[in-house]
Amino acid sequence: MEDKLSEVVLFGSWYSPYTSRVKLALKLKGIPFKYVEENLSNKSELLLKYNPIHKKVPVLLHNGMPICESLIILEYIDEVWNHAPKLLPEDPYQRSRVRFWANYTDQKIMPASYPLLLLKGEKKQKAIEDMEEMQRVLEEGIKQDFPEQFSFFNGKTIGLLDIFMGVNCYNYKAFHEVTNSEIIGPKNPKIFMWVNALKEHPLMKDTLPPHDKVVAMLKTMIAPTPDV
Amino acid sequence: MAEDNKNVVLLDFWPSSYGIRVKIALQEKGVSYECRQEDFDAKSSLLSEMNPVHKMIPVLIHNGKPICESLNIVEYIDEVWNHKKTSLLPSDPHKRSQARFWGNYIDKNVYSKGKKVWNGKVEEKEENQKQFIECLKILEEELGDKPYFGGDEFGYVDVALVPFTSWFYTYETLGNLSIEAFVPKLVRWTKRCMEKESVAKSLPHPHKIYGFALEYREKHGHD
Repeated sequence: MEDKLSEVVLFGSWYSPYTSRVKLALKLKGIPFKYVEENLSNKSELLLKYNPIHKKVPVLLHNGMPICESLIILEYIDEVWNHAPKLLPEDPYQRSRVRFWANYTDQKIMPASYPLLLLKGEKKQKAIEDMEEMQRVLEEGIKQDFPEQFSFFNGKTIGLLDIFMGVNCYNYKAFHEVTNSEIIGPKNPKIFMWVNALKEHPLMKDTLPPHDKVVAMLKTMIAPTPDV
Repeated sequence: MAEDNKNVVLLDFWPSSYGIRVKIALQEKGVSYECRQEDFDAKSSLLSEMNPVHKMIPVLIHNGKPICESLNIVEYIDEVWNHKKTSLLPSDPHKRSQARFWGNYIDKNVYSKGKKVWNGKVEEKEENQKQFIECLKILEEELGDKPYFGGDEFGYVDVALVPFTSWFYTYETLGNLSIEAFVPKLVRWTKRCMEKESVAKSLPHPHKIYGFALEYREKHGHD
């Protein structure tokens, strides 16, 4: 009975970047967990029970209690399993900056990604430029706040912002292919270097969906344009 | 620990519920600070320097370093001045995650739905009211029979929500609705919070907020 309660269960979806963040955090910490793939067009009763307000994935269940919202789940994981590697820094000011950039990603970058798939012509071009600007702001900001961060791949461990960045950008080539754009590129050199280093990280390779699967999924999200 | 208080500056805009959250948190911890008012039509160079990404208040500047976004700031205050008796976030990780969840919910819903009540399109009035009341009912359900959202003690979620209550008079007057009729427990919670010095000292008078709302509407029109 005790084993069952202390079991860690993750309700998620394979193409949800928010779910991938939690998978990475759990694996990084070496926490065994049971994964339940949700069909988002036919959500399970358990999911609706554990996240009645938002009815979304991911939901982490631990000791029989649900935790919702990926950033909140990651902070929970870091607090409960507070052994190394730490997802967040110890210093309160640095923690506030990690949260700031995590929120920036979630409030600005994430909501802009899906519409980009659907736009055409001038509107699409504008959206691409906006996205490039957001990436530039992110790069400048993280460079300023965490000058050491970009060198994680020199033997340092990954943390929360690496998880966010890795999940978002791991399949940037798939995104570029489907939208016929180049948002992550040498013009944001630090981000480009960071993303490419993350792509080589064994945990990312093990956890994140492969290029072809993502291309196929992105293509289904694009509504067919009627002939004019 | 006195030196902690020397360099604490809050960039604020007095009607902002987000700024009020920070004031309450600082008051709860007994931290003295300098409050500087920002003019929304002419933001200071200090604000642009301290929050170049969003150029929004509140910003807490502690020892010259900026902390942005009100709930981030509240957590920061709780962590830095953690030798003070009051702890805003619970110590249990699951309860902390619940507190953050509700903070997040309040952030995503209360301001935007409230604004539609006092400044929304006239033809959408009924729907706007319905959505706002639904949001308050969800919060009331979470409160349940507890004195505060955190339980017996005033805490993070209370700090997150209580500033918006100075807008209740505005919602009711301009939106033509009675909040107490729908969420009486929440209104009782509001009164309970107002008995706390940190809240009473930090919340602007509802009539002042109403005056601000009228001016805003005149200047910017309906959303």
